[in-house]
Amino acid sequence: MATQPSNIKILLAKLGLDGHDRGIKVIARAMRDAGMEVVYMGMRVTPDQVAQTALQEDVDVVGISILSGAHMRLIPRLTKALRERGIADDTILMVGGTIPEDDVEPLEKMGVRGVFPVGSFTTSMTEFIIENVSRGRSTPQA
Amino acid sequence: MDDKNKQTKRSLSGLEVKPVYTPDDLANTDFARDLSQPGEFPFTRGPYPNMYRGRLWTRRQIAGFGTAQATNERYRFLLDHGQNGISTDFDHPTLTGYDSDHELAEGEVGRLGVAIDSVRDMDDLFLDIPLDEVSVSLTINHPAIVLMGMFLSVSEKRGVDWRKLRGTVQNDSLKEFHGQKTFALGPGPSLKLTTDIVEFCTNHVPNWYTISISGYHIRESGSDAVQELAFTIAQGMAYVESALERGLLVDSFAPRLSFFFGCHNDVFEEVAKYRAARRMWARIMKDRYKAGKPESMRLRFHTQTLGSTLMRQDPQNNIARGTLQALAAVLGGTQSLHVSGFDEAFDIPSEEAMRMSLATQLILSHESGVTNTVDPLAGSYFVESMTNDIEDAAWEYISKIEALGSGEYPMKTGILSAIDTGYIELEIARSAYEYQLRIESGEQVVVGLNQYQSEGSQKLELFQFDPEEEEWQKGRLAETRGRRSPADVKSALSSLNQAARDDKNLMPPVLEAVGVLASEGEILDTLRDVYGEYVDPGVF
Repeated sequence: MATQPSNIKILLAKLGLDGHDRGIKVIARAMRDAGMEVVYMGMRVTPDQVAQTALQEDVDVVGISILSGAHMRLIPRLTKALRERGIADDTILMVGGTIPEDDVEPLEKMGVRGVFPVGSFTTSMTEFIIENVSRGRSTPQA
Repeated sequence: MDDKNKQTKRSLSGLEVKPVYTPDDLANTDFARDLSQPGEFPFTRGPYPNMYRGRLWTRRQIAGFGTAQATNERYRFLLDHGQNGISTDFDHPTLTGYDSDHELAEGEVGRLGVAIDSVRDMDDLFLDIPLDEVSVSLTINHPAIVLMGMFLSVSEKRGVDWRKLRGTVQNDSLKEFHGQKTFALGPGPSLKLTTDIVEFCTNHVPNWYTISISGYHIRESGSDAVQELAFTIAQGMAYVESALERGLLVDSFAPRLSFFFGCHNDVFEEVAKYRAARRMWARIMKDRYKAGKPESMRLRFHTQTLGSTLMRQDPQNNIARGTLQALAAVLGGTQSLHVSGFDEAFDIPSEEAMRMSLATQLILSHESGVTNTVDPLAGSYFVESMTNDIEDAAWEYISKIEALGSGEYPMKTGILSAIDTGYIELEIARSAYEYQLRIESGEQVVVGLNQYQSEGSQKLELFQFDPEEEEWQKGRLAETRGRRSPADVKSALSSLNQAARDDKNLMPPVLEAVGVLASEGEILDTLRDVYGEYVDPGVF
């Protein structure tokens, strides 16, 4: 059964010094309007800070926005930080921004569940989150 | 009229647009009072009498990536291909005042702009470029005093008289809190630094444009055209009040203020925005701030077509969008122009995309015929009505900001308050969200994105970033640190700290610090120690 959005908690953040926060704030509003609980950390946070907050806040989803071109450097550090805290498997990691096509597959291999380049619709993100959270919750935990 | 004509249509920013306009729509518009001739108050029709018949706009494509050497090569390429002004794009660490070896800089050194850590990098950036001949725009804000100091230091070293320097420093600190977001210090201290540059240049670098009052980034952050116009003019008023409060005479600094706007797809709304901006600024400067010189009243501006309008789907369509936006900017009387690269939804532009952008400008200049007459849309019942409407709507916002202020300088105090409460940021975020919902519902058609999608997409040759450059830049910084006198650096930074505490103009101690090879990050750290660091409030 599909999880209700009101039972979903999502953490949003921008890694590094990148100042392009239009998209992530649009997403924050859209997820809030869809009924989810949104924690927005803002800009200039480190991968460790994101992973620590994800652990403390017990979120279902971590959404990262990068329009600085630094995604191939920063995402591996984030997935490592999530693994170190033992939450990599049950945290759905999404990345959005100016991501060239050629980087999508490598990002997925790193553990990113969904890549949403600029121009993506918030409705497609909402659907993706509900589907993935529902699937995770219906699978018995090891 | 049929039913379609009865439906209310709106401009991109929500202004009502009627099916047909007539002289009745201009019943309250007086030619002499509201339009006049180009080059005459209130400058609605343009800052100069003959506009592009006298001189074409400056083709100024912004560029910067990797190291200073790599960017210097791109500048020389652009100068060879028809560009006649340089606009520097700095990387995020430079824009936010961190050295290339800072933890937060990882992966961003030289990535979206050029990395500058010390005056040695600034010297490399302008290698073999005559600083007294080419006009240079330094696109930097909170650390502007440092980069400006480095530029002045390099000029001095090359024997170029500061009075001969023609160029611009963006230095628009206030918009950083709601557009671009490369802030370092809080609103009050960053406004103080902006005013330090205005004061110093007024006295020592008289032909330099001291602030490029920017609406462009506000628009990229998702504002509509009305908000872009209103918040930009409001910021300009705050800078004027801050300089007056400092004791400067309005006619001594106002002629060296310039503006920077974005350009979206709604052609007539954009033209109206530029015309309204000129009229508003002229009246504000004359009536409110008692300027006497025409140069203090006439608004001149740079335009950049908006990156946020560029789509990944069918990227060649972006060439059409860039052309439309550039046309609107020219019909609106821009003084200089950057056409964004058609591949910028993927990465910073390739050389091919920049060549296309310059060609767009050249075709407009030489083939379209639009340069032959001044302010060609003047007198259009529609465009004049739209100019009036957008001005009225912008004044509503400006009045709200003024009402938040108090005392002798209500726009200065008002905008600081509007930033503190998040008012401006939340207004822009609301517009950005509503626009996105209109696209997702299909109400706003975006060709290739939500309608007229094509099968498959062509692969572009994108900009190739050299990941080695970050390590190279860090090595360069270490080498710079190695060749300087630690005692001199310590002493210069301590003088800067003291000058900041004494509320003195900080340009002289910054010049001293860059001269002894203090790094940008060290100088900003000194300022962050005194003033505190600004942290994103994270509102949405």
